[in-house]
Amino acid sequence: MTAVSLRDVRRDYTVGAERVHALQGVSLDVEEGDYVAIVGPSGCGKSTLLNLIGVIDQPTSGTVMIAAKRVDAMNDREATSFRLHNIGFVFQRFYLMPILSALENVALPMAEAKVPAKERLSRATELLDYVRLGSRERHRPSQLSGGEQQRVAIARALANRPRLLLADEPTGELDARTGTEIISLFQRLNADGTTILVVTHDEELANAARHKIHMRDGRIVDG
Amino acid sequence: MLGVAIATAMLLDMVMLATGMRESFRELLLSQGFDIRLAPKGTLPFDTDATIPGVNAITKVLRTNPDIREISPVLGGSIHIPVGDKDVSASILGINPAVQADYEFLSGRDVTTADAIVVNENLLRKLGAHVGDTLTVATGYDPQTRSYSGQKKLVLTGLVRFIYGAAEQAGSAVRRETLEAMRGPEGRDRASLFMVRVRDGSNPDSVRNWVERQVPNVTAISISTAIAQVDQRLSYFRQLAFILGAVSLFVGFLLVTTLMTVSVNERAGEIAVMRAIGVSRSHVVHQIVLEGVAISLAGAVIGLGLGLITARYLNAILSAFPGLPMAIDFFLFQPIAAWSALALLIVSGIGAGIYPAFRAASLPIAESLRREAIA
Repeated sequence: MTAVSLRDVRRDYTVGAERVHALQGVSLDVEEGDYVAIVGPSGCGKSTLLNLIGVIDQPTSGTVMIAAKRVDAMNDREATSFRLHNIGFVFQRFYLMPILSALENVALPMAEAKVPAKERLSRATELLDYVRLGSRERHRPSQLSGGEQQRVAIARALANRPRLLLADEPTGELDARTGTEIISLFQRLNADGTTILVVTHDEELANAARHKIHMRDGRIVDG
Repeated sequence: MLGVAIATAMLLDMVMLATGMRESFRELLLSQGFDIRLAPKGTLPFDTDATIPGVNAITKVLRTNPDIREISPVLGGSIHIPVGDKDVSASILGINPAVQADYEFLSGRDVTTADAIVVNENLLRKLGAHVGDTLTVATGYDPQTRSYSGQKKLVLTGLVRFIYGAAEQAGSAVRRETLEAMRGPEGRDRASLFMVRVRDGSNPDSVRNWVERQVPNVTAISISTAIAQVDQRLSYFRQLAFILGAVSLFVGFLLVTTLMTVSVNERAGEIAVMRAIGVSRSHVVHQIVLEGVAISLAGAVIGLGLGLITARYLNAILSAFPGLPMAIDFFLFQPIAAWSALALLIVSGIGAGIYPAFRAASLPIAESLRREAIA
């Protein structure tokens, strides 16, 4: 089954007096269970593409389907609910809530989805165990290393059992050894059935994916 | 936070100032149990040197009203006491010690005899005298000829504290008939003030109206009319307190809005990520408004303490104003004042959080993330 389907997607921005064509007719299909890395030079439209798939931005034209549901024209309330239940995000910066513990950070999207307290704590504990941070669940972000914070962010992204995990430069702020841990974690997640799309400049991370998509000047040039 | 605390302190002080003097005055009037004061027509008690003639006749008329329980005529004036080659002046009240409500007795003996005088500490200090001393007291003094009139030898029998006396005031009291005799014909059968106590269950305002009808040459003032007159005289204070309170609240509001706006700007990336992972706009608004209220409350806790300390200090300064009764407080702490200030701050905190909250919730997610990535 197709997890992600884009048809002739364009995204234009206005920066000052200039019109920027960030995406120029992108079409793409990603199957469920796939692990796709999107690579290309800075400014080629990788993050814009990820934002459209993640329903945090809307295309200027074209259609975006996620799990057979058209998402390109959703209003804010629909898009927020769709993201909450279907999409997990991991960013270069981890953006954990500083006043919450690792466990509470992971439980946050579940609280938003109104999962009962007992169930969300049990699920958060399970997820922290999955990312091998079971012993650090009471620690606050400031007490965790960069790699640990990113693993908490990954656990948070998985909280509501999303159909799709989207990651934008997830190893961008990590050293090589910690980056490798995240790469292994992504492989393990994919092996366990999670569909992953990752935007990266990190060759090691890109090479770990099943498919690579190359972009240039707002177009897919290969993949 | 300190700014919010200072604005809170100012707000509390202004709320206390707006109502404090009125409440303090009301408590003072009520504390002595006299419900009505009769002053010479068109004046307030002891506002002028005017006196009411015909004390005995007025007392007789007042006694015909069954709602009136007690009548205490008071004659006021000034006295002069030679000490060495100096003249010490002071105020004096002629009272009936059995029904007076002008002073609290501290030590010694009250004015139970015609030759007794009681004084307050200020006068005692000025005279350098002791209880038991005999003083030569005059009701008149001509500084040109350095001659005294209405002189009488009085025995200092006790120390008292005048309830309506100003902080610096040197005061004394004798029996009313003693003062009348000392003042001669111009003081005979006259009073500066009548204090009237009504029976329990009687309506003081009805009695007041009756008195004004029966005794046309007096102005009868019940506690409620006295407070209304004080309110009128203190309207400047209330307006000032209202304006300064409103300014403090507005400053607090602006501070919290600024703090929250800066906080939202700094956390634009964090908010965008929260929105990206599915946190709703209403949740973001709720969170930011709560933070605004939390800042206001934290400031309020510090500010309330600061406000109380400041009020105490300012009260001490203002209460020392010449001519003001010592017992009057400008800043009177009342729980309602603290609750009012707190309620206003919470409302202000909510208001202050709304703009930054809606701004945060309306941030375009992708654009905020892109800016963060560039930053």
